[in-house]
Amino acid sequence: MADTVLELRGLVKAFGAVKATDGVSLDLRSGEIHALIGPNGAGKSTLINLISGRIRPDAGTVSFLDRDISTLGVAARARMGLARSFQISSLAQEFSALRNVMLAIQARQGSSYSFFKPVMTDTSLVEPAMAVLQRVGLTDRATIPAAELSHGERRLLEIAIAIALNAKAFLLDEPMAGMGAEGARLLTGFLSDLRREAPILLVEHDMDAVFALADRISVLVYGKIIATGTVAEIRSDPEVRRAYLGDVS
Amino acid sequence: MSRERWANLGVILVALAIPLVAVLADEQFYLTLAARMAVLALAAVGLNLILGLGGLVSFGHAAFFGVGGYVAGILASHAFNMEPLAFGIAGSNQMIVVWILAVLCSGLLAFLIGLVSLRTAGAYFIMITLAFAQMIYYFAISWPAYGGEDGLSLYSRNQFPGLDSEDGLQFLLICYGLLALALFVFVRVRDSRFGAALQAARQSEVRLEAVGVEPYRIRLVAFVISGMITGLAGALYADLNRFVSPSMSAWAISGELMVLIIIGGVGRLFGPVAGAIIYVALEYYLGGITERWQFFLGLILLGVVLFARGGLIGWMGGRLKHG
Repeated sequence: MADTVLELRGLVKAFGAVKATDGVSLDLRSGEIHALIGPNGAGKSTLINLISGRIRPDAGTVSFLDRDISTLGVAARARMGLARSFQISSLAQEFSALRNVMLAIQARQGSSYSFFKPVMTDTSLVEPAMAVLQRVGLTDRATIPAAELSHGERRLLEIAIAIALNAKAFLLDEPMAGMGAEGARLLTGFLSDLRREAPILLVEHDMDAVFALADRISVLVYGKIIATGTVAEIRSDPEVRRAYLGDVS
Repeated sequence: MSRERWANLGVILVALAIPLVAVLADEQFYLTLAARMAVLALAAVGLNLILGLGGLVSFGHAAFFGVGGYVAGILASHAFNMEPLAFGIAGSNQMIVVWILAVLCSGLLAFLIGLVSLRTAGAYFIMITLAFAQMIYYFAISWPAYGGEDGLSLYSRNQFPGLDSEDGLQFLLICYGLLALALFVFVRVRDSRFGAALQAARQSEVRLEAVGVEPYRIRLVAFVISGMITGLAGALYADLNRFVSPSMSAWAISGELMVLIIIGGVGRLFGPVAGAIIYVALEYYLGGITERWQFFLGLILLGVVLFARGGLIGWMGGRLKHG
């Protein structure tokens, strides 16, 4: 069995009387794309926030690279190599695409407290950032402010920033959202290769993409994981079909 | 050369023209005006770092201005009376000693204030910084050892090696020198990795955190640098007026600094300088005509906010570019 990179054990998070996360256990193994699907309100966002560190669980643990990271903050988890992309674009809007990626490079290098060297002439930032932009096909758009990029380009830039962090695991929150058919197809091909660098926990609504990409799928309904398995297993699971895939046969 | 650089050059030329006219027309008073302009600009460069780059509306920068002023006043009065300060340390009338202490004291105060207030955001941050500054203000009023409400007069300006600080032109040279140094520090910080993180914290806090940098720590460091520069301006202000008073820490000073940054251009390198020139010119010319000159300042501020969000530099220099 492949190594487990990210491991959730018995995570519980309640908001008042609502249990948004209700005893979730899940693992992400190296080399795989593990898709997390579920209807709206199933608790996917809460789970992402629990993993990335934005909120703390009431019970249960999050382990990353064999270390319990349950008490670490967002930035500390990111520095360990847990890179996330956002469902709602959260780029630095005034910065160009290049500067957004350069920010990730400098964060990776741990050098955000350097005061006197201008960044725009710093080849140790610009060159790796350009290389990442080239990988996602945004070379031509490097100098455009994030606010002026198209929706699809912003999604790609989100991915580029995650890549620039040299992540040990990716947490991608609906990367396909709002992409056209052509864009989604390109991104699917790209993510398929990306899993060889680091495993991906993919939260996605686009079922074509999920079925094309996922090595394993977990289905989240009302804060509980009702099934985990391969694409074929999930497709044929009667409970999943009833709860989620809308199949009444 | 970009349009903003042309605008900056224009501001520099105006700043240099004032002493030239003063010397040619033998008007000492213009030198004092220019020095006042330079000191306010210096204080605002400090505020611009946290307000313009960091996007944090500090309504309490008068605290650092006042602390810098009192450091200069207290050291000078001890030096004049030949009384040692606490722990047997002598006072000083040397500007360089005063500056170093003013920067250290205001930096320490900024660290303590920032430690608490940077935990908040938005309107709460504005209110909590205001509250801290008012605490310093009332503390100065109720501290009789150094003049209390009446303030503290300096017998003469502190001294700078090789220059006569009592001479208007030479004192102005010192003010311009420090302002130039502060602008240099601002550019380097803005363009550095730290500056990138600080500006990213303004644009998208969650993004900065997600790449592994704590916005709180970045902001705290920026707040300290910002407070240090404004504190240095306070020390110079004490020398300019040969007088320190609690009103240096009053909220009105915090407001003035903010107003002149908004008029000049928030986050722009020369915004504080352009704003200070306009502010001091209005204060002098309109103030000579009517006591209610601030009414017209208010109109200008309203005009800038409604029609020229980038202030004077933004209006002349075009959109902000981030490479």
